[in-house]
Amino acid sequence: MNKPNDLAGLVLDPVTADQRYIGESEPRHSAKRLLEGQGTYVDDLQFPRMGHVVYWRSPVAHMRIIQIHSAAARNLPGVLAVVDGVQMATICKPWVATLSHLAGMKSAPQHALAIERACWQGEPVVAVVAESRAQAEDALQLIEVEWEELPAVVSMLTALDPATPLIHPELGDNLCFTRSLNVGEVDAQFAAADVIAEATFGFGRHTGVTLEPRCQIADYNPGDHRLTVYHSQQAPHMMQDLYCRQFGLAESDVHVICKDVGGSFGIKVHAYPDDFATVGLAILLGRPIKFVADRLESFTSDIHAREHQVKGRIAATKQGDILAFEIDDLTAIGPYSMFPRTSAIEGNQVVNLVGGPYKHQHYRAQLSVVFQNKTPTCQYRGVGHPIACAVTEALVDLAAEKLQMDPLVFRQRNVIPDDAYPCSGASGIKFEILSHEQCLRTIEKMMNYTELRQEQATLRKKGIYRGIGFAALIELTNPSAAFYGVGGARIASQDGATARLDPSGVVSIMVGVGEQGQGTEGIYAQIAADAVGVPIADVRIITGDTAVTPYGGGTWASRGAGIGGEAVLLAAQALQENILRLAGAILQRDTAELLVRRSQIIDKATGQAVLPFSEIGRIGYFRTDTLPNDFKVDLMVTRHYAQRDYPFIFTNGVQASYVEVDLDTGFVTLLKHWAVEDCGRVLNPMLVDEQVRGAIVQGIGGALYEECLYDDSGLLRNGNMADYLVPMANEMPDIEVAHVQTPTASSQLGAKGAGEAGTAGAPAAVMNAINDALMPFKVKVFEQPITSEKILHALGKI
Amino acid sequence: MKAAAFDYIKAQSVPEVLALMSEHGDDARLMAGGQTLLATLNMRLSEPQLLIDITELTELKGIEIIGEHLWVGALVTHTEIENAALVKKYAPILCAAAPHIAHRAIRNLGTWGGSLVYGDPAAEWPACSIAVNATMVVRGLQGERRILASDFFVDLYTTALAPDEILMGTEIPLANAKQVFSFQELARRHGDYAVAGLAAVAKKTGQVFSDCHFVFFSVATTPVAAVQAQSLVNDQAVNAELIAAAVAAARAEIETMEDITNSAAAKSHLVGVLLERALKKMLAE
Amino acid sequence: MNPKIPIEMIVNGNRVQAEIEPRRHLVDFLREDLGLKGPHLGCEQGACGACTVRVNGQIVRGCLYLAVQANGKVVDTVEGLTAQGALTELQDAFMRRNAMQCGFCSSGMLLAAAELIEQQPQATRAEVREWISGNYCRCTGYHSIVDAIMDILEAQREQTE
Repeated sequence: MNKPNDLAGLVLDPVTADQRYIGESEPRHSAKRLLEGQGTYVDDLQFPRMGHVVYWRSPVAHMRIIQIHSAAARNLPGVLAVVDGVQMATICKPWVATLSHLAGMKSAPQHALAIERACWQGEPVVAVVAESRAQAEDALQLIEVEWEELPAVVSMLTALDPATPLIHPELGDNLCFTRSLNVGEVDAQFAAADVIAEATFGFGRHTGVTLEPRCQIADYNPGDHRLTVYHSQQAPHMMQDLYCRQFGLAESDVHVICKDVGGSFGIKVHAYPDDFATVGLAILLGRPIKFVADRLESFTSDIHAREHQVKGRIAATKQGDILAFEIDDLTAIGPYSMFPRTSAIEGNQVVNLVGGPYKHQHYRAQLSVVFQNKTPTCQYRGVGHPIACAVTEALVDLAAEKLQMDPLVFRQRNVIPDDAYPCSGASGIKFEILSHEQCLRTIEKMMNYTELRQEQATLRKKGIYRGIGFAALIELTNPSAAFYGVGGARIASQDGATARLDPSGVVSIMVGVGEQGQGTEGIYAQIAADAVGVPIADVRIITGDTAVTPYGGGTWASRGAGIGGEAVLLAAQALQENILRLAGAILQRDTAELLVRRSQIIDKATGQAVLPFSEIGRIGYFRTDTLPNDFKVDLMVTRHYAQRDYPFIFTNGVQASYVEVDLDTGFVTLLKHWAVEDCGRVLNPMLVDEQVRGAIVQGIGGALYEECLYDDSGLLRNGNMADYLVPMANEMPDIEVAHVQTPTASSQLGAKGAGEAGTAGAPAAVMNAINDALMPFKVKVFEQPITSEKILHALGKI
Repeated sequence: MKAAAFDYIKAQSVPEVLALMSEHGDDARLMAGGQTLLATLNMRLSEPQLLIDITELTELKGIEIIGEHLWVGALVTHTEIENAALVKKYAPILCAAAPHIAHRAIRNLGTWGGSLVYGDPAAEWPACSIAVNATMVVRGLQGERRILASDFFVDLYTTALAPDEILMGTEIPLANAKQVFSFQELARRHGDYAVAGLAAVAKKTGQVFSDCHFVFFSVATTPVAAVQAQSLVNDQAVNAELIAAAVAAARAEIETMEDITNSAAAKSHLVGVLLERALKKMLAE
Repeated sequence: MNPKIPIEMIVNGNRVQAEIEPRRHLVDFLREDLGLKGPHLGCEQGACGACTVRVNGQIVRGCLYLAVQANGKVVDTVEGLTAQGALTELQDAFMRRNAMQCGFCSSGMLLAAAELIEQQPQATRAEVREWISGNYCRCTGYHSIVDAIMDILEAQREQTE
């Protein structure tokens, strides 16, 4: 069995010779320009003849579209076109967002602009294009749509009732996807258990609120039928594929470019109807069309996520061993599954992940994913993990409480031991190697747990109620094709990198995974500098351009470091080999006598520098006449990497939250947060720390602040920045992060992903801390976001 | 979104403003700091034809002592109030409240008068103006008149200002050494509109409070003074029983209004919590 | 009607003249007419702070400030302040602490931080958090931004001792 190394003094073996950057907190040199106002985001781009589009979006949850009157709008100065769904459908096919490996999943065809019906408040129906955004908005006010309001499905609890209208009658019901999993002898285990705990958990629908809204510029050249799209997006190759197929273009005629992206978090990895509509307009009008979602329209048009009600129970022995988990997860999406990754993945992951850190063998889960007339939902940072972790960790705390065992001790007893790998979890997920025990030991020390409990006890006597909450978590990263490819989606799980030595001796690396702020370009520069053997200042990283980089998958499921990074490593290593071969040919020496070091070829025996990279470049590109006839110069190499050992490479971690609850007001103060994360080899500790912190705060948002509040007719009541509450600096705690490094053997780098684990565990840790604070009053709050209203209600004060 | 088109004029004098208001009526809006107005226009919730920029009107500026009052001009910004030594001395509750108003960039432009005239029950200044017993000085084509703050806030976003009147500023009785105050604001995030808030001011001699103002904000359609609670406490020695009685009275007398995440019941409960905290704090001073 | 209004202002040290529609806010004018990319639009509601610019030495929400209001005023964006060297220490601190990820909030965050350092040089960590609460960051979780600002405040305080 593999056994991970202990933390103290752990330094992993280097990946490269003369490793200077991998593993170090190297600053992101290419990000300095962002601090100087020199970024290039989509809205910074202007093109001649560019038109601006705004969309008339349904103001109600469900309508039959009767007629659209646009004459007045067309007559306004600056208006270039008004286009409806019928016109758009002549060039853009509808789509159905299902995956074949999610058996039985169904969804209805959806158009870029709604034609007969609009099925959610915010669905785009009419496109208005003008010379400026302001003119387009002026014209928008003159668009008159005659409609008939239709009954809306707005409650997930009644979505499947016979009396509830069907959103798509041809589908037969409002059920998108269902799944049942039954492992072991769950009923027998519950019957035999000494302790059973159960609860119903609620999770409020919320959304990503990227600071830069969704935006793109589509530009179609009617002369050569080439489409270029500048897109604030995470997966340019995926969008290239979708645009070519939906519009009947040749794949090689579609060019997607992602420059600076102002935050994405999964919100920008999906294909939106207005994405296709904007492209369609560029094709119809033969001019560049810019779409920048206004913040108000972002709230109803960006994907939402995480609307679940989960009934859960846990069974344990009186000695303190968890026997079984059971859940029933009801989750509500929009009226269509979202294209192309589908809206069933989140619920599917909840089923896969509940109970994940623990060694029980018995598990039963039921999932129902139902349609509603609300904004469509899809993958958002963490994707199901925050739900699964919150349910699991709250049930674990309930069991520990009944057993009168310390919640940390209970976890230490029940996590899969560090020497048990490889193994599978009860739901069938395969674990290569995790470090739950080590992480729990580490967090106990970090937070001075014993002292903290004493502080809690002392303060309770003074009427101050603080709570400590834990969350042990697993997080899937580095996906194989098991995630989407098997389901028929043309989403690459492999990735590629090209490494090129330029004539002056600097190195350019083109990679299929891009940058949205997490620091991928930074770590790729570190890997390339070490693996080619140059200073980091001599490395340029190019991402986000389908015409330039190898074909890849982009950013999702925390694959940038582990998969993109490995491709960079392989390409850089191959380039170094070729540099060495060329050096041997130039110097007429056996390559075994030479090595590469910091832009120089070194004589191994003497340690002398004998040839600089600039000479390699000069001769390799301009003086091939001086080389042996049969020698092939190859100073540009491409390598691809796919993770094929496991469906996913799981990571693990543990978080703790320390809170104070004001019993009179119900307000929660977040005093401190700790996270121990094991993402395998840490390529850059500072960047991982910051990913973990940002992800934790995003998780806290869902736990305490963020909710898309709908009224009974399916209208969003708080779709603006004053009423939808995102975390701001004042309320957020300091977050201390520690690393455990258990590398994956599936790659040379050994790096796993780190982008989402913070979000997976934070809601669980905070909720458990609040309930720990409320322990003396024997009340629990399991509905997120946990507001002062809910706490006051639980305490019986209102 | 982009605002709908409008005309713009930068007024040079109060008579000019009054003439423009009379001419354009509801088609015009006055702009002082513009922090509420421009957000409203950016969302196309309102589409005036004309914006009258009044930021040049010197008569509406300034913080100074005039007779027995502290004059705070309508155009004084929140940041200016936050930093003003005169306010700290003579109306200290305003300095305590100012940092709760939105955020610095907004406070640099937003104005005392703009907030008062907008009449948002969730805002800090309307409640504070009542708590310090301010008098609004308003001017119209008919001339100038004075309106007590306690008479100024009539309904949701509605003040006693007539359509043809402009707020010049406020006269605030100078706080003396015996004044104690407590400004309490509960907000889910700093700078947000409050879940519930209280501007409490009283004169304190030993244990006895008099001239009490307990003005709550963000709990009803206007800022609301807990009049019964004030009467109960006035001229009494404050102790635990009196505090409890005042809390009960305030909860009973104020008809609270729910907001998007907080029920009326929660607001009523918080009214009591805030009053108790304020009284204890003022007692301890 | 809505005639265009002539305006003149100093932007990043340069005199600028234009005739513009009154409804255009300062950030749209800076971005679209002057081609400046530093200030960003995140909400146009005054809530997110991405549009923060400096007018006559103090920070304002550029989306809640009309271009015509800037007539006769001095406007500074992050580009101009960078060129002046007015933000160098802060930018270096942000780099060292990785206090930015996607960079979209950075322009506003830096300007807000600069005003804090000038106006509240004794600010505590809690006060820094309170001050920057007007600037939304979705990426960092704020901890590293607070660290970067505290680095500058502490260095300044050490120097003056």
